[in-house]
Amino acid sequence: MSDETRKIAFICSKGDLDMAYPALVMGWAALGNGIDVTIFFTFWGMDLINKARQDKLELSPIGNTSMKMKMMGLPTGNLGIPNLMAALPGMTAFTTWFMKKKIAEVGAPPVSEYLQMMVDGGAKLYACKMSVDMMGLKKEDFMDGVIDIVTASDFMDMTEGAQIIFI
Amino acid sequence: MATRIIAGKTVQVNDEGFMTNPAEWTKEIGVAIAAEEGIAALTDAHWKVIDFCRATAPSLGGKSPTLRQITTGSGVSTKELFALFPKGPAKKVAHIAGLGKPEGCV
Repeated sequence: MSDETRKIAFICSKGDLDMAYPALVMGWAALGNGIDVTIFFTFWGMDLINKARQDKLELSPIGNTSMKMKMMGLPTGNLGIPNLMAALPGMTAFTTWFMKKKIAEVGAPPVSEYLQMMVDGGAKLYACKMSVDMMGLKKEDFMDGVIDIVTASDFMDMTEGAQIIFI
Repeated sequence: MATRIIAGKTVQVNDEGFMTNPAEWTKEIGVAIAAEEGIAALTDAHWKVIDFCRATAPSLGGKSPTLRQITTGSGVSTKELFALFPKGPAKKVAHIAGLGKPEGCV
């Protein structure tokens, strides 16, 4: 093994429930393997660190071609949730509940707990300045583990030599 | 299957150096591997984690538990776990405890 610590940086730009987990799972695995982890939250990705939003992320069935009714145990083969049905009130709440259940079944914690675990393991979290200004947010809106609000240029400086993954 | 001598005992190891037969492990071997991993002395806190992993492994097919299984099962916090086994606790704990790498992502 080389003496230089491998570094990985994630850019989280999405706030949907299913798009929150890739960085959490891979980042946690990286920490467990001794890799330095930095996460930059931008645009909707800031929902992951926003205390008012992080455990209320949702998954919409509308326009989601991957979510098949078969997942819910129905013998419907390749049929998705019909768009007309997906538009009904309560459907987003239902698909969100369903996905959270699936996530919990594999032992993965909710977003806030997962991120706290990563901070405890040494992950460095930053919020994007432009997004923060745009959405009218403040540092106090974010969970404690968020180190700072930084510019894109700062992020480039701090991730020199890192492998960067955009989500 | 390769073998190597650790703490005076010949044990079976895989390509990555993890022991493949948990029954061959002794505390002395744990101490010797820990030293190779840069942990000069194993404290009671280290042993609490190692003992938990050794006790849990049979139910996991001889693999070490995942980090979350360790923290939720042993009562050792995530912060403490990363402090005890810095730079890669998942692999380090398994290596020292003479177990296979954890299977599972959380």
